[in-house]
Formats: sequence, C-alpha cells, structure tokens
Amino acid sequence: MDEYQVIESKSPVFYDKYVRKSELQHQTHYCPGCGHGVVHKLIAEAIADLGVQDRAILVTPVGCSVFAYYYFDMGNVQAAHGRAPAVATAVKRSNPESIVIGYQGDGDLAAIGTAEIVHAANRGEKITIFFVNNAIYGMTGGQMAPTTLIGQYSTTSPWGRRPSNEGYPLRMAELLATLEAPVYIERVALCDNKNIMKTRKAVRKALELQRDGAGFSFIEILSPCPTIWKMTPQESRKWIEEKMLAVFPLGVFRDRKLAPMADAVPQTSVTKLLGLDKPQEVVTRPMAVKDSQPDLTVKIAGFGGQGVLLLGQILAEMGMREGREVSWLPSYGPEMRSGSAHCHVCLSHERVGSPVIEHPDVLIAMNEPSLHKFSKMVEAHGTILYNSDKLPAGLPPCEAKIYCVPALEIADGLGTTKATNMVMLGALLELTHTLPRETALALLKAKVRNVKLLDVDCQAIDAGMACLRKQLGPATDAHAHDGELAPCS
Amino acid sequence: MAQARGKVTIDTEECKGCGLCVDACPPKCLELLPGLNPYGVHPARYTGMNCSGCGICFYVCPEPGAITVYRLIVPKVAQPPKEGSHAATL
Ligand SMILES: Cc1ncc(C[n+]2csc(CCOP(=O)(O)OP(=O)(O)O)c2C)c(N)n1
Ligand code: SF4
Ligand code: SF4
Ligand code: SF4
Ligand SMILES: [Mg+2]
Repeated sequence: MDEYQVIESKSPVFYDKYVRKSELQHQTHYCPGCGHGVVHKLIAEAIADLGVQDRAILVTPVGCSVFAYYYFDMGNVQAAHGRAPAVATAVKRSNPESIVIGYQGDGDLAAIGTAEIVHAANRGEKITIFFVNNAIYGMTGGQMAPTTLIGQYSTTSPWGRRPSNEGYPLRMAELLATLEAPVYIERVALCDNKNIMKTRKAVRKALELQRDGAGFSFIEILSPCPTIWKMTPQESRKWIEEKMLAVFPLGVFRDRKLAPMADAVPQTSVTKLLGLDKPQEVVTRPMAVKDSQPDLTVKIAGFGGQGVLLLGQILAEMGMREGREVSWLPSYGPEMRSGSAHCHVCLSHERVGSPVIEHPDVLIAMNEPSLHKFSKMVEAHGTILYNSDKLPAGLPPCEAKIYCVPALEIADGLGTTKATNMVMLGALLELTHTLPRETALALLKAKVRNVKLLDVDCQAIDAGMACLRKQLGPATDAHAHDGELAPCS
Repeated sequence: MAQARGKVTIDTEECKGCGLCVDACPPKCLELLPGLNPYGVHPARYTGMNCSGCGICFYVCPEPGAITVYRLIVPKVAQPPKEGSHAATL
C-alpha cells in the first residue's frame, strides 16, 4: 500500500481549539469565503516557518478581525479602533526583540486610524502592518470606507459613492510610499490562486525584514467580503479582479533596506532608566499610627478647574503618609475647564477592593449641580460639605447631614480662590479626624513651591477647620456629637 | 488503477461550504456534498480521484484547519550519480 505524508495542514501557530462560543470552538467566526481567514493562514504559516512564534505579538484592530486573538497562539493585544500602530509602537519599543504585527481593516486603518498609521510609518517603527482592504466597514454592516470604490453602494452611500460628495478612494500604500522611512510597501490581492501565492510571499517578506531588524513594512491586501458585497465567495474574488485592481494597482511601492540610523537611540529598559536595577534602599512605610480611626470614603465633585481632582490626590497622599491603603479614581469630561469633574478617594486599613464608591461617607460638593446630582448617594450616617453659605432651594430631602462651608468666599478673603479646595480639606479634617492636620501641612510643603501660595493654603486649611468647628459646636469629635450638631440650613 | 499522487481530507465540521476549493482545484477532484453538515452547509469532499497534492485548495480555503493535503511518498530508488551534478548545483 502506498504511503502519504502531510504537506499542508493547520498551522501550529493556531490554537487547536478556539476559546469562543462553546459549540463553535472548532471554526472561526468569519463568514464563508471571507478573506480574513486566508490572511490569518498566511501570517500563521510565515510565523511558524520563521520560527518566531515565541516572540511574535499580534496587535488586533476593531473590525471583523477584532477576535483574531481567539486563533493565534502568540502574544495578543487588542487595540482601540485605529490605534494598532500606536500600540504596536509601544510594544515593539519596549520589547525590541519581539516581532510585532499590526492587523487592520480599511475602516480601522484608513478612516479613524489615519493619523496613527501615517505617523508610525513616518517614524519608521520596526513593525509590520497587514492592511486588509475590503473597501467597506464589514463588522458594522457595510458603511462606506475611505477605500470604497466610486459608484460602490454602502449603507452610507446608498446612491453609490460619488466623488462630489464623498471624495475618492484613498490609496494607502501609495500614500505611505511618499514617506522617507518605510522600508517595504506592497499591495497584493486575494483574487485567485496565483495572487494568493504572491500574498503569501509578501507576508513572509515583510516578517523576514522585521526579523532582520529593518524598519516599517506595510502589506495592503485586497480582500473579499462576500457578505456585505452581497456576492457569492466566487463572485467576490472576481469583483476584486475586475473592479478593485483598477483603482488599487498591485505592486511593490517601496523596497529599501535601510542601514541602522546613526542617531538611533540606544535601547535600554525602563528598569535601568529608573535606576531600579541597582540595589535599592528599602523604604518601609510607616505603620498606621491611628488604627482606631475609621476608614473613610470621599466623593469630591464640582467644575473642572476647582481643584477637585487635586484635592482628592492630596487626600490620598495624606492617607499614604499615614500608612493607609488608598485609592484615587478621577473622572472628568473632555473639557479642562467648566466641564464637570469628580473623583473618589478611599482611605482604608485594608486593601481597597474597588476604587469606585457607590455610597461615600462624605460628599464634598464644590458646586450646586454636584450637590443635586450626588446628595442622594451619600450614606445615611454620612455627611455633605457644600461649598456655599446656604443650601439651594429645591434640594430633595436626603438622610445625610449637610454643612455649608463658604470655601470660595473664605479663600477669596485670604487672597486667592485657588485655595478653595484647601478650605474644604480643612473642613473635612475637622469633620472626620481621620487624618492629622500636620500631615496635610507637611505634604503641601513638599508639593507647593510658591511660598506665598503655600502660606495661603495653610491658612485656608485652618480657616476651613475653624468654619466647621463653629458649626459642630465646642467638642471636636464630630461622631460623638452627631445628635447635637447643628448643620446649616 | 495507479494511486493518485496526492489526497486531501476535509474536516466537514470546520468547512463552511464556500466552495472556493472546489472551483480552484485544477483536476476538479473536489465537490460539495449534497447533504448538510450540523451547521447547515454543504461541506466539501474529496471525490477520491486524481488529486495531485498541489496544495492549491489549502491556500484558497479561509478555514485554518478544514483541509489537509497529503502527497504520496515516492520510494527512493537508488539513482546513478550524474556526471558533474554536484558542480552544477553550486
Ligand atoms: C471608536 C469607535 N468608533 C467606531 C466604532 C464602530 N466600528 C466598529 S468596526 C468599524 C469599522 C470596521 O471596518 P474595517 O476596519 O474595514 O474592518 P472590517 O470589518 O471591514 O474587516 C467601526 C466603525 C468602534 N468600535 N469604535
Ligand atoms: S462581514 Fe465581510 S469581512 Fe466581516 S467576516 Fe463577513 S465576509 Fe468577512
Ligand atoms: S491538492 Fe490540488 S489537486 Fe488535490 S484537491 Fe487540492 S487543489 Fe485539488
Ligand atoms: S474552501 Fe474550505 S471552507 Fe470552503 S468549501 Fe472548501 S474546505 Fe470548505
Ligand atoms: Mg473593511
């Protein structure tokens, strides 16, 4: 009986079983006849043949191939839409020995990620990008891509793409070939056997170049999307040949081997750069001195620019100085000023499980909207410190006690409204007694360079403490006197 | 009948029935099964004749492991060394 040997089979770079929906772990999530699978196979084969599986890292996009990490048994990082070249840059620069592959669709690379790819190419990052151009947004159901052909229908060009309205198809390979730095740029297509084998060669060549330390390589692959194109797999191959090739000519647009740049930055590790490779002086944190002090969770909210986040940071750092476990979780809008900002601070004797606080012990409301928005979240036994001399009208009833601290006016009286947050810090210290005033002063001394401002900050803390002490009554322990306290109203 | 130079096996559960291998096979020795697999597609099948082991079907198939291609192991026959063949390959 004649014997056969295997000559082509599933690459060892693919997992045996894919960790995805239980009943479908033996097949990919791609549509029948989709080009992504073919590109995956060619990449896997080249990686196995070059023997670099152990140091290969795939940076995947957003798009139909977002789940490529289901399949490739190698390093995987899934980047935000369009950002694969930026992520790949970081991965490669911090692991110069690795083989870093960016895998991107045309929506990902040529629309939302245009800036990232142009700059990564222009910097000559030593990475390889496989650009799967199917002239459409596949994953989201067929919107126009920058690479969509003139006259091609899509959900966002329902009358066919018209140059007068949507411009012309973007030729990324040609565009990148105008840059100095890239070493290899080629466009290939998956339209027939011959071209698939050319694609195979291009994929391999790009990875070989990276293995040999050359710079940026870019392979654009014209790839079928039978589902969105509403074609059979066979028709979609033909469509590439008949329609796409005329707009996206195949060929090598750059083939240059660069000598290593003379001004190349010497590679080093972060550990070395920070001097952490040398024996370290052991820093022991002070033990919690006041173990009897309760844990504290604080939410600070207001406008951007009111020092909301900074106040939280100072509180957290004070906690660290006192040997607490702390967390500081900032949240802010896109605006640096006048948008809303808030942060959560936990000061704890135990490890902080989650930095998100659903029901803070204390809410520091730096403005009226924050008071309205967050007052109901505060613990029933909790407290609200409100930056004003009186409560606003129409505040819904809440169980927490509210103290009015006109921090803005107090700080203004001291010479600068910048110290508003420090007045609030003083009030908080007086209220909770969780952290000592001296720690705040020491921390500010270390942080604030401007002597005048430092002085105002210290006065502001004291003024805040005094303001609250007046409201709490003569005794200083707020919690012991809950019943007798006279919050403002 | 002489043994075919190649053969293929197809994982009928991984195959998605796209038919690309059927079209691409030069000696036309693949076909789609009339019956459906558990995932509702007509999977491809080797007819059992004439495969040359060229591997084309493997590369056009988008599925990583649907197709495995085999080639006949030709028993090594002792060949008389050709005159100057060594130099010629240099
Ligand atoms: C920041 C952001 N914007 C938009 C989307 C929606 N989105 C998901 S995939 C996609 C386009 C994918 O198209 P392409 O890169 O061509 O990949 P394909 O699916 O065609 O392979 C878009 C716009 C998103 N996920 N994230
Ligand atoms: S929608 Fe298109 S690109 Fe996405 S998996 Fe299906 S065929 Fe492939
Ligand atoms: S290996 Fe070649 S001849 Fe054999 S089934 Fe595949 S395409 Fe056809
Ligand atoms: S190309 Fe692959 S998935 Fe398509 S029919 Fe052939 S074996 Fe099945
Ligand atoms: Mg696309």
